[in-house]
Amino acid sequence: MTDAKEAGLSLADPTFLEDLRKQMLRFATLQLNDPSLAEDAVQDALIGALKNARSFRGTAALKTWVFAILKNKIADTLRQRQRLVYAGSLLAADDDDDEGANLPSLFDTRGAWREDERPQSWGDPESAFGKAEFWKVFNACLEGLPPRQARVLMMREFVELEAEEICATVGMTVTNLHVTLHRARLRLRECLENRWFAGGAQSC
Amino acid sequence: MLSCREVTRLVSDAQERPLGLQERLSLRMHMTMCSACRKFEDQLTTIRAAMRTFAGSNVPPDPPTDPHSGRDQ
Repeated sequence: MTDAKEAGLSLADPTFLEDLRKQMLRFATLQLNDPSLAEDAVQDALIGALKNARSFRGTAALKTWVFAILKNKIADTLRQRQRLVYAGSLLAADDDDDEGANLPSLFDTRGAWREDERPQSWGDPESAFGKAEFWKVFNACLEGLPPRQARVLMMREFVELEAEEICATVGMTVTNLHVTLHRARLRLRECLENRWFAGGAQSC
Repeated sequence: MLSCREVTRLVSDAQERPLGLQERLSLRMHMTMCSACRKFEDQLTTIRAAMRTFAGSNVPPDPPTDPHSGRDQ
């Protein structure tokens, strides 16, 4: 069977399609924080994919492409919302206060790593990228971030919006953006280490 | 002399903006003495790579529905 046929057949396979739709929906919901807008974005991206499925070589290329469409839809939706709604309503006020307060004290009073929080060796981290279990942990760690941190980090890293666009969308200064990204990365790193790289992967 | 906390901020900022000369020098000086911050720096690079592949071809489909299959190692 050719790769192109395989991609077409994958989309015709209800199980594959449903799994893909669920993954896309999780991604879009986390990003847009609105289930019905997320549904719309996913549906649009899938319709585009179904039209063009035959031009893809293999399911990996197909998925990359479907997610690329989805990212564009999400970016469009975020930009539209930026015009329609004003940023304040996207953010719960207490979200902001909580972020610093709930950050576990990774550092001592002098700003040095606390003994039990020092980053440990991750071995060969890229080998984890091929494992479905790793991506589940990764997703759980992202979803465990305070919502605004998760949204900002994803806008930056997945949707690849420019700093100015993120700042305008969520109503923050560039300095605040950098503070938020720093906190999000500290937390995400800690979660990945605790839940995957620190040996969690070896046991059930 | 930068603290580890300040170093993690600069390492994160370095993914967002070009660091100034003074910042780069202070960062490198700290790194020569602090293995924890060196690991942190490598790990942020890994995290960025993971974020960028998360939604792409490297996301395997959810495994078939066997709740008892456990980890694959």
